[in-house]
Amino acid sequence: MIEAWRRAGRGNLVPILTVLLIIIGIWYLGAIRMNAQWERDQAARAGIELSLPELVSRTLSQDRPVLPAPHQVAEGLWQGVAGQAVTSRRSLVWHGWVTLSATLAGFAIGTAAGIVLAIGIVHSRAMDQSVMPWAVASQTVPILAIAPMVIVVLASIGVTGLLPKAIIAAWLSFFPVLVGMVKGLRTPDGMQLDQMRSWSAGGGRTFWHLRLPSSLPYLFASLKVAIAAALVGTIVGELPAGATAGLGARLLSGSYYGQTVQIWSALFAAAILAATLVAIVGLLERATLKRMGLAR
Amino acid sequence: MSAIPILGVWLAGLALNLWLARFDTRATRTAVALIFGATIILLWEMTVRIYQVPTVILPAPSLIAESVVANRSILWADFVQTILKGALSGWVIGAAAAVATAIAIDRSPFLQRGLLPIGNFVSALPIVGIAPILVMWFGFDWQSKAAVVVVMVFFPILVNMVAGLKATEPMQRDLMSSWAAPYWPALWKLRLPAAMPFLFNGLKITTTLALIGAIVAEFFGSPTRGMGFRISTAVGRLDLPLVWAEIVVAALAGTLFYGIVALIEKKVTFWHPSQRG
Repeated sequence: MIEAWRRAGRGNLVPILTVLLIIIGIWYLGAIRMNAQWERDQAARAGIELSLPELVSRTLSQDRPVLPAPHQVAEGLWQGVAGQAVTSRRSLVWHGWVTLSATLAGFAIGTAAGIVLAIGIVHSRAMDQSVMPWAVASQTVPILAIAPMVIVVLASIGVTGLLPKAIIAAWLSFFPVLVGMVKGLRTPDGMQLDQMRSWSAGGGRTFWHLRLPSSLPYLFASLKVAIAAALVGTIVGELPAGATAGLGARLLSGSYYGQTVQIWSALFAAAILAATLVAIVGLLERATLKRMGLAR
Repeated sequence: MSAIPILGVWLAGLALNLWLARFDTRATRTAVALIFGATIILLWEMTVRIYQVPTVILPAPSLIAESVVANRSILWADFVQTILKGALSGWVIGAAAAVATAIAIDRSPFLQRGLLPIGNFVSALPIVGIAPILVMWFGFDWQSKAAVVVVMVFFPILVNMVAGLKATEPMQRDLMSSWAAPYWPALWKLRLPAAMPFLFNGLKITTTLALIGAIVAEFFGSPTRGMGFRISTAVGRLDLPLVWAEIVVAALAGTLFYGIVALIEKKVTFWHPSQRG
């Protein structure tokens, strides 16, 4: 998002706003179209004739619309964030925090494991040839889809709460970090490695002063992917029946009870959370690379 | 005492790989990867047997293989329902829509500047969350799964395709205009072929997304078949070997899907430096 705003400063603001307005316009039209049938049925049952303006205004203020209008979603979001006590079960802040804490825990574990394994792979050819093909192949496997299973299995042996979700988030953020970090640690070319050798720098020094700094741009690029993946993993991990806390549980209970406004509010809360997390990593990236003189 | 055979197998695999890794030829590289995989499975089997790990926590690989064979008709029906009907049709529709949109906004830099930041932004969002909404709209059968997949794959492919259409050199475009080539022939003969490596990049990324979308959407309601449905019900009955059998099928399907797209890419973009190596 930061990226988007920065570019906006260079004259993209008008096009972005135009496209956003078009999308909101289509959304309103869709809401009127998709909700109209129900209102017509209701009117026919009551034996009254609806004029067009009446019909439109009713489609935009239903309790359980097929497609809630943007202002209803905004209101639902505002209600969920500011209209409740933060500790309330109906507060999106509370559910968001449940999701966020598992996401961050998993992200930290996955990132640390990915970096450690990448260092091992770069320094051991046997490890490289053993692990890397599987790590790359595992990217094509829909791991996320089995997340609910992990939750249920762990729950059956008594592990519940934050940990199971964090494990899924860690697993999902592990691979992007591993692949990106291996690539990054390998960026120094022969010339630079020779230079280190001619200064008779050992393996440790070469690592700290050459490999690690030159891997940072790659690390940050994969961290952005990883934190988004960790959040998606946590939300999917909250889907199995029985989960009562977190944005994923909000989605699920909304879909059970046909509370469409609740689904859309939870969805937008998740989107805002994702955007904020990626933006924070982006800010860290810019600050770090700037201090290192690597800013683009 | 019981850990000795496990340690033995692990050390034997490790030593074999350390020795093989020194040769670093194509054949030994494949062998090292295969030995690593085989060692993991062997260790898994031995650990489960020696320590008698309950099936509920982790079934042995042999038990999973048995379950694959025993349930092959169920697995095939689920595969058809989820992968072929849900994921594949959604992926094709989404990709076609994204390519068409990219070409449609190709002549409008204004729309591109507006749509690209939004597309990049949307790509980072947990889009899979729209699954409950689309299941509500399109019903429980595969159409709703395909719809989820369409939305999930649309933006990554769009962003890649728009970048691909920009990938020609000014020199090449000048050559086209010096031949007085109109817009469409220039698009067809120069810019679309040049966009192919980018398009295939998007297509490859989204194969996994398509499977994830189709499977996760089934957790919100499905007919009584499909991989997501089977996983959630088998977990409920604690029939873990069947769950793992589904996971094996999903993993194989994902790898196969990616492999087929990569193969088509190789045929289509044979001229690209990355394919010639």
